[in-house]
Amino acid sequence: MLKKRIIPCLDIKDGRTVKGINFVDIKDAGDPIELAKNYVEQGADELVFLDITATIENRSTLIELVQRIAKEINIPFTVGGGINSVEDVAKLIEAGADKVSVNSSAVKRPELITEISNQFGSQCVVVAIDTKCINEEWKVFVQGGRTLTPLKTVEWAKQVEQLGAGEILLTSMNNDGTKAGFAIDITNEVSAAVNIPVIASGGAGSKEHFKNVFEQTQATGGLAASIFHYGEIPIPDLKEYLKEQKLAIR
Amino acid sequence: MIAIIKYNAGNISSVQNALSRLGYQSIITDDADEILRAEKVIFPGVGEASSAMKYLIEKKLDQTILSIKKPMLGICLGQQLMCEYSEEGNTTCLGIFNTQVKKFPNTAIVPHMGWNNFTAINGVLFKGLENTNDVYFVHSYYADINEQTTAVCDYIQPFSAAIQKGNFYATQFHPEKSADIGEQILKNFLEL
Repeated sequence: MLKKRIIPCLDIKDGRTVKGINFVDIKDAGDPIELAKNYVEQGADELVFLDITATIENRSTLIELVQRIAKEINIPFTVGGGINSVEDVAKLIEAGADKVSVNSSAVKRPELITEISNQFGSQCVVVAIDTKCINEEWKVFVQGGRTLTPLKTVEWAKQVEQLGAGEILLTSMNNDGTKAGFAIDITNEVSAAVNIPVIASGGAGSKEHFKNVFEQTQATGGLAASIFHYGEIPIPDLKEYLKEQKLAIR
Repeated sequence: MIAIIKYNAGNISSVQNALSRLGYQSIITDDADEILRAEKVIFPGVGEASSAMKYLIEKKLDQTILSIKKPMLGICLGQQLMCEYSEEGNTTCLGIFNTQVKKFPNTAIVPHMGWNNFTAINGVLFKGLENTNDVYFVHSYYADINEQTTAVCDYIQPFSAAIQKGNFYATQFHPEKSADIGEQILKNFLEL
């Protein structure tokens, strides 16, 4: 049976991980490679690296980092942040990224999804959607959640599938950082509306939250950052718990 | 030396990285002599069947592949191109394995993406492993089961997770992205 994926996300700035971590066996907490290797050993199913600087001058630092990750890591990983063109994607794929994620640039120019999909295959295009519920309506935000767009979340999700996205990474801004659980309602709506994998993100604070999102929606993966970074929920404990709950887990 | 066949498909450097982690040197090449001289050949790939096949024919790599006598391992699109025919782009493929490649019906999420378990029927590639193992898949097309199938995976319906005919081996999943299990499978192939 296809397993539900547990996906830690690492925020990268100038080639270093941004958030601190307290794993005892990591020598350099800021080194994305050390952290990533630790996650792989713990049983993470995939990794996401999000470059939050993504300025032109830091681009080559990111490429070098991706090359190092690809050499060291034996599970799939996605790289996102600041991708505006097929050329940007080509550099990351060449450096060894398995998938890239696009967000604001895809909203600005939706054809980008098709261009990447045509050249590298839909399996490598993750469309990240940041969403927030305003007046009982889920809308799409861009620019790191700073800018509201007129797009309705479910409609945009269907559109990106049509355009050639291979996967959707859905982050609820209402839930992100709250540790109160994933946004079950919108995750359910989006995952029911499309036929591509949906990864739920934002709000994970306990093992039960992963159980809930996997049982109550069709999301095939759950992504989180801080609870893994700070060792609040060790991945082996989480996976053991989910297996006990009869969920399909590697 | 291990040769990794260079063509218009992605995921090639991932295979080279995996081989280096196992301590094996490799070259990425589309040169017939280099491919035929290599002790082992890997035919990886993520991409689209018809454009990949067209490229192989243009570069005469189809003939080179068919004349390989040393062990060759096809991965993902590599496995699909080693079959007779693919529904993807209505493509006549290399015809090493006498089976067909079909698109998954839209009755579940497609692509089949993530970790799934295969059951090994036989085959030296799975030496030292349990009978059932989780490995990483990402594909929308699958090869039907035939008498050459060496491992089966079930997603929507059972399909060939691995196939072997003589010196030609193939997996639909990505051993280079399948953590320790994948490394063991690659190691088994490299030690043939």
